[in-house]
Amino acid sequence: MNTIKLRKREAISTKTKRKEFWHEILRGRWPYTFISPFYILFLIFGAFPLVFSFILSFTSWKGTGPLIFNNFANYKLILRDKVFWQSMENGLILFFMYVPFQTLLACVLAVILNSKRVRGFKFFRTVIFMPYISSMIAAGFVFQLLFGSRNGLFNSILGLFSIPAIPWLDTMWGARVALCALIVWAWLGYNMVIILAGLQTISSELTEAAMIDGANPVQAFFLITIPLLQPVILFCVVTSTIGSFNLFGELMSLFHATGGEGPLNATITPLLSVFEQAFHNFKLGYASTQAYVYFILIFVVALLQLRLFNREID
Amino acid sequence: MKRISRLAVDVLLYGFLIAISFYMILPFVWMLSSSLKPESEIFSIPPILFSKNMTLGAYITVIVDGNILRVLLNTFIIAAGATAARLFFCSLGGFGFAKYKFIGKGLLFGILVATLVVPFSVTLIPLFIIMSRIHWTNTFLPLIIPGAASAFGIFFMRQYISTINNELLDSARIDGASEFRIFLSIIVPIVAPGMTSLGLIFFMGAWNDFLWPLVILKKPELFTLPIAINQMIQSMIGRPVYSQQMAAAVLSIIPLLIIFLVFQRRFVEGITAGAIKG
Repeated sequence: MNTIKLRKREAISTKTKRKEFWHEILRGRWPYTFISPFYILFLIFGAFPLVFSFILSFTSWKGTGPLIFNNFANYKLILRDKVFWQSMENGLILFFMYVPFQTLLACVLAVILNSKRVRGFKFFRTVIFMPYISSMIAAGFVFQLLFGSRNGLFNSILGLFSIPAIPWLDTMWGARVALCALIVWAWLGYNMVIILAGLQTISSELTEAAMIDGANPVQAFFLITIPLLQPVILFCVVTSTIGSFNLFGELMSLFHATGGEGPLNATITPLLSVFEQAFHNFKLGYASTQAYVYFILIFVVALLQLRLFNREID
Repeated sequence: MKRISRLAVDVLLYGFLIAISFYMILPFVWMLSSSLKPESEIFSIPPILFSKNMTLGAYITVIVDGNILRVLLNTFIIAAGATAARLFFCSLGGFGFAKYKFIGKGLLFGILVATLVVPFSVTLIPLFIIMSRIHWTNTFLPLIIPGAASAFGIFFMRQYISTINNELLDSARIDGASEFRIFLSIIVPIVAPGMTSLGLIFFMGAWNDFLWPLVILKKPELFTLPIAINQMIQSMIGRPVYSQQMAAAVLSIIPLLIIFLVFQRRFVEGITAGAIKG
């Protein structure tokens, strides 16, 4: 008798629970409606392509006809694909060439502009940030004129001092230096502005106290300011890392004669490699394999960076 | 002694800032200068900054033969359309996340943030296939619709809207306003500054976008500025006319430069908010 009653009560409670659940959902119809556009668009143009491209990565599809699975042939091919690994290596080389330099420079500039010492804060901030608005296509072509091997502006200036012309865009390392010059030009101001905003969230009392205790400005910068800025700097470093593997427009303009690859593939990036496999060679299957391998590797690199930095904070 | 060292530091600091600023301005100046030179003086030695034979010939050629006004209009339509759509859906989504409790909110927000990790290279190929199957290639729709609700934008607007006082919304509810009405007549006016910041970033991104339009737009009459400039230079391989290339580059930068200089504070705010609060 008692057990029956209990069961009944249980049944009622699950019923009311279910009722409450649907009531909650119904009550939430407004927020669900408001946020639904993102999820609808993501399902069609994000999640579906993600799955589709994963399936494609196991096929030799060329855009028409049925999907023919070739098992792991693409993944075996990619292990031996020198151009693809060159593109990953290029991303890494570019990272070491400009990210530490650019981040440090951005920090120094931000600290200088944030101090009351210099006037013209607004002017310098505007000028240094300005390149950020330029399209990389327009910028790349100007840098071609600046770094041109024959009669480029920089080489003509060197010529005035009877220094022989440097073949910037025609040698592997020259091309990379020119590319880094373009990237730093375009992104230094962006990083500086972000670090400036970070500086404004930390109080200047700590550095002032350190200076009273006898630290010089350089010590205060490296021992107090930089550690306090760690999260912001981390954001800049991770963004720049992903950026250096994802260069595209910069390459298409600066190295347009070689389709962006640069001399001896010195500047090809994973994104450019995927683009070429897909839209020049029409190997849509293999291009998807490259995209997925790249996605996983860059994800691991970003995670490692986050780990490394977080450990340093502890 | 101390005075001298103070002076030395000042000279050093200003010298440093001026050197960096010079590097930042140089490409803009060289772009403008090259666009105004007759072709024969582009590579003259020693380099000439502003020629005595200054000419607007390159601009006239680019505008008349290059159809650059049409290209400017295309770019503007796409950038304005994409910005308007994104601002609407992002502020609406941000409102949903900032001001309501609902089942699955944490999970849904987690998914939203996780989508930020996916690089475009992974979805590029299937997206292109979808677009060609539904016959959207050579239209502006692929440049506006798929990105109409950006995760970054929703994240940004959620931060902004969560600072609004709840009592304001409740009093409107008592007056019988519908939730959408509340969004339009209370939320939007209050977060208009944030929407301006976000809108500037969206507009600039769409204006300068290169890879996706390059894949989608194949007809010259639909080209956007970066595609048109790229096309122009590819077609000049072997016999480049640098003054015209630079004239087109100058024309592509001027509209954004004006917008940037007018709205600078909002612009910088939009860029930093995502990095600092995130």
